[in-house]
Amino acid sequence: MTLQEGHPAMYSNKVVDFGTPVKRSDNTVTVHIDGKPVCVPEGTSVMRAAVEAGVQVPKLCATDSLESFGSCRLCLVEIDGRRGTPASCTTPCDDGMQVTTQSKKLAKLRRGVMELYISDHPLDCLTCPANGNCELQDMAGAVGLRDVRYGYEGENHLVQEKDESNPYFTFDPTKCIVCSRCVRACEETQGTFALTVEGRGFDSKIAAGPTNFFDSECVSCGACVQACPTSTLMEKSIVDEGQPDHAVTTTCAYCGVGCSFRAEMQGSEVVRMVPHKDGKANHGHSCVKGRFAWGYATHPDRVKQPMIRKKITDPWREVSWEEAFEYAASEIKRIQAKYGQASTGGITSSRCTNEETFLLQKLVRAGFGNNNVDTCARVCHSPTGYGLKTTLGESAGTQDFDSVDFTDCVIVLGANPTDGHPVFASRLKKRLREGATLIVIDPRQIDLVRTPHVEASFHLQLRPGSNVAVMNALAHVVVTEGLESKGYIAERCDMEDYGKWKAFISEERNSPEALEEHTGVPADQIRGAARLFAKAPNGALYYGLGVTEHSQGSTGVMTIANLAMLTGNIGRPGVGVNPLRGQNNVQGACDMGSFPHELPGYRHVSDPAVRELFGKEWGVDIQPEPGLRIPNMFDAAVDGSFKALYVQGEDIAQSDPDTQHVQKALESLECLIVQDIFMNETAKYAHVIFPGSSFLEKDGTFTNAERRISRVRKVMPPLPGLADWEVTVRFAEALGYRMNYSHPSEIMDEIARLTPTFTGVSYTKLDKLGSIQWPCNEAAPEGTPYMHENEFVRGKGKFVLTEFQATPERTTRKFPLILTTGRILSQYNVGAQTRRTQNQVWHDEDIIELHPHDAENRGIEHGDMVSMQSRKGDTTMRCIVTDRMQPGVVFTTFHHPESGANVVTTDNSDWATNCPEYKVTAVQIRKVASDKGEWQQRFDAFAQQQDLLARQGFAEDSEQGSK
Amino acid sequence: MEAAKLVGMANQIASFFATEPDRPIAVAGTANHIQKFWEPRMRKALLQAFDAGGDHGLHELVVAAITEHRAGLEPITA
Ligand code: SF4
Ligand code: SF4
Ligand code: SF4
Ligand code: FES
Repeated sequence: MTLQEGHPAMYSNKVVDFGTPVKRSDNTVTVHIDGKPVCVPEGTSVMRAAVEAGVQVPKLCATDSLESFGSCRLCLVEIDGRRGTPASCTTPCDDGMQVTTQSKKLAKLRRGVMELYISDHPLDCLTCPANGNCELQDMAGAVGLRDVRYGYEGENHLVQEKDESNPYFTFDPTKCIVCSRCVRACEETQGTFALTVEGRGFDSKIAAGPTNFFDSECVSCGACVQACPTSTLMEKSIVDEGQPDHAVTTTCAYCGVGCSFRAEMQGSEVVRMVPHKDGKANHGHSCVKGRFAWGYATHPDRVKQPMIRKKITDPWREVSWEEAFEYAASEIKRIQAKYGQASTGGITSSRCTNEETFLLQKLVRAGFGNNNVDTCARVCHSPTGYGLKTTLGESAGTQDFDSVDFTDCVIVLGANPTDGHPVFASRLKKRLREGATLIVIDPRQIDLVRTPHVEASFHLQLRPGSNVAVMNALAHVVVTEGLESKGYIAERCDMEDYGKWKAFISEERNSPEALEEHTGVPADQIRGAARLFAKAPNGALYYGLGVTEHSQGSTGVMTIANLAMLTGNIGRPGVGVNPLRGQNNVQGACDMGSFPHELPGYRHVSDPAVRELFGKEWGVDIQPEPGLRIPNMFDAAVDGSFKALYVQGEDIAQSDPDTQHVQKALESLECLIVQDIFMNETAKYAHVIFPGSSFLEKDGTFTNAERRISRVRKVMPPLPGLADWEVTVRFAEALGYRMNYSHPSEIMDEIARLTPTFTGVSYTKLDKLGSIQWPCNEAAPEGTPYMHENEFVRGKGKFVLTEFQATPERTTRKFPLILTTGRILSQYNVGAQTRRTQNQVWHDEDIIELHPHDAENRGIEHGDMVSMQSRKGDTTMRCIVTDRMQPGVVFTTFHHPESGANVVTTDNSDWATNCPEYKVTAVQIRKVASDKGEWQQRFDAFAQQQDLLARQGFAEDSEQGSK
Repeated sequence: MEAAKLVGMANQIASFFATEPDRPIAVAGTANHIQKFWEPRMRKALLQAFDAGGDHGLHELVVAAITEHRAGLEPITA
């Protein structure tokens, strides 16, 4: 199906600019613009009111993503009863105001202003990349500029050099009109403060740091490029390709913020991704990944042809889709006949759409006839599902992102939003600049602790693995100092559980003083932070994988829910428990029934009524027992009882902990089917490759961290010929299980039929509303921005006893340091996508960070190669020495397969969900001469062998083809 | 499945429920968690390790859970 003409998702490239941001107010005022009355919220600018009345007042320095500035003097208007010609962008509307936007006098003034601008601007419009989409050009036309009296001979700015240092955009100062929109965008929208206006008057110019953009503080978010009215800041893709001819609204396929984008196209080729102003998760902002790092989608490494082989030591054979489906299906049937139905399973991906995930779990439950389906969310946020369901009754975050605008005190716990969730971080920083207070709980000094105009009131720099202790200590202070919200608790929580919990938490062993030996955090800091949070009118908690990826991950999540209930901070804007999800569709993957024990909508397979509902719709009997989780699948594979696995869009060989155990498990499989857009690490162990399609090549939906369901729209045909959902349908068919869908919208209809929190969701409604936050049903036809409003989903909120227990992973003399892992801004997860873009310029290898003290003890210097050894294995990486770390703790990322960060991580896992403990590994570090350790040498050898097998296969195929 | 690993996992579950002052709730919580989240072959292996007697290393709450809630922990036979 193609997009219909006039579809709301498609529009011309001109987006209306209201000039100044929307104002929130309960009062409205009525003004008359050129005689036409218009009613606007109090505080709205005359400029914005004019646009609402259908009149665009000429402007240059104003744009509706930024507060007005009033520097260009082009937007002058006349107002009855006022002297002079005020700037419409900085003048707020008064009730009854009569505004004139066009007169001879105004026209003359505006022409004068334009004349000055143009006299210092190159007149190469015809060859300028902004041609046809330049506000300066438009304004020259709008004010009727015909000639320029000043001449071009005098002193001007036309000979300055371009700054090409950023890989994605250029800065051409000759075109700059010094409107400072870029500077303000960097401050207000992004919060990085990388740009300044240097000099005054005629000499003033825009500067990025002392040298250029790349060496400045710039994080390449693109906000300045977006705000620039001229071609001064311009995407290189537009310089190269020219302006787009149409645009389609879609959703970023990277992180859990789920930014809405307009894919700007020439035919079926993307030329630019622009953050969508009406996107409710991002309100027109973006980060470097979604904005610029989409080139991987057409990278030459894409696999386009299905492939099969009998053994992993055989060369690959490129085959038709039919043959691939036939072969894969026959293998599944053979293996099930030999080893039983339960010897097969599947893994869904948080990177795939809801529809794809739903189909894959359906395929496993209905086609394979077992519940061995799990999702990569297992290894990141499964404790969130368990912990929030137990305490509050629903496995999801409680708020929308807009909620942060109403927060007075924020706790950020085990999350690094400026790197992991950049667009949310910008929103948060904005709120913090407005005066909200911040408590950071993290072993590292993450950027948020101190960043321009933001400083955390408390940074509780705990030892890795002691989240539960710190959170218990905070709650202990609140309870023992009588700061809890007694009325809220009495009204909304189960008092019997609360009584038990109160007795437990009040015990002296949970005091900050008693726990100090585990947390390493001075008790008075914990007391101070607890008081600050408890006394704030609206307190909100944001957390990430630094909470979940621990042996007490689920306990950690429950401590967060406990503290939120204790302080009365759930059920309205500005508060809440907010998991920051890693990948784009973590929430969706969980919602869609990818956990082995739950059918879609978090309903346990042991419930006969639920099984009956799904069984009827799918025409099968659903197994009543929970299936294997990912780590259990690996164990069962090594054990010989699990033999076939279908992995969609995940790279378990790289992303899962204890790599050598995972490799052993994968080698024991008789049939591994990998569906991915690249030959990833897991593909090296595969027998069947189903080439995947990128987010630009298919229709579907993603659900972000706010439970917001947004459309993903197909803008180009799938490179391998079939979209991922079609692949699952055809594979199911080959297995003898029919699925009847002609479009992903029909899959969503089935989800809505079967899932009470989704009954109101449809593609038609998504097209109408833009996006929907579930629950969306009869009770909430337009969705639910914040949950648990009058009561908790489970009825009464449940306080859970959360005893702190140290991880079994202990430091010893042999392994004296603690390794913790994380991510950085420019790379994403296993890096398969971002490594295939120019984001590489920021981070082309994984690096170990360690404290100067630990470095000195070991004779290690900044930039040395070091080997890192744990009880599980060892690897070699480069290191940097930084006091962001605390002594005794080292940090690395896992974006590059050859660095093998997961070779050292252990098989410890969360007690409730088996979510691996990535965040704590005891290691030793020493300086080495060679830049390749033993593991890397083996990695290289295996990679070379597999590469050869792939190329041999292709060569044979083409020989056969030419015969 | 490797018994030692399963014993470790079961013990982790038990130590979470061990804080519960109400003994029957703690025992049922442990049993219920294993029943709801462990695939049958894992439960079977756990029960085997228990039945083998000797020094299985199981937390006493797991022992109580198995003794008191055995039927629920046995894999369902269709
Ligand atoms: S670079 Fe663009 S946005 Fe910045 S001052 Fe110059 S013209 Fe204005
Ligand atoms: S790209 Fe973003 S961070 Fe860099 S200068 Fe522009 S607004 Fe600032
Ligand atoms: S913040 Fe996340 S969703 Fe938004 S553009 Fe960046 S990666 Fe994409
Ligand atoms: S747009 Fe109002 S002064 Fe520039």
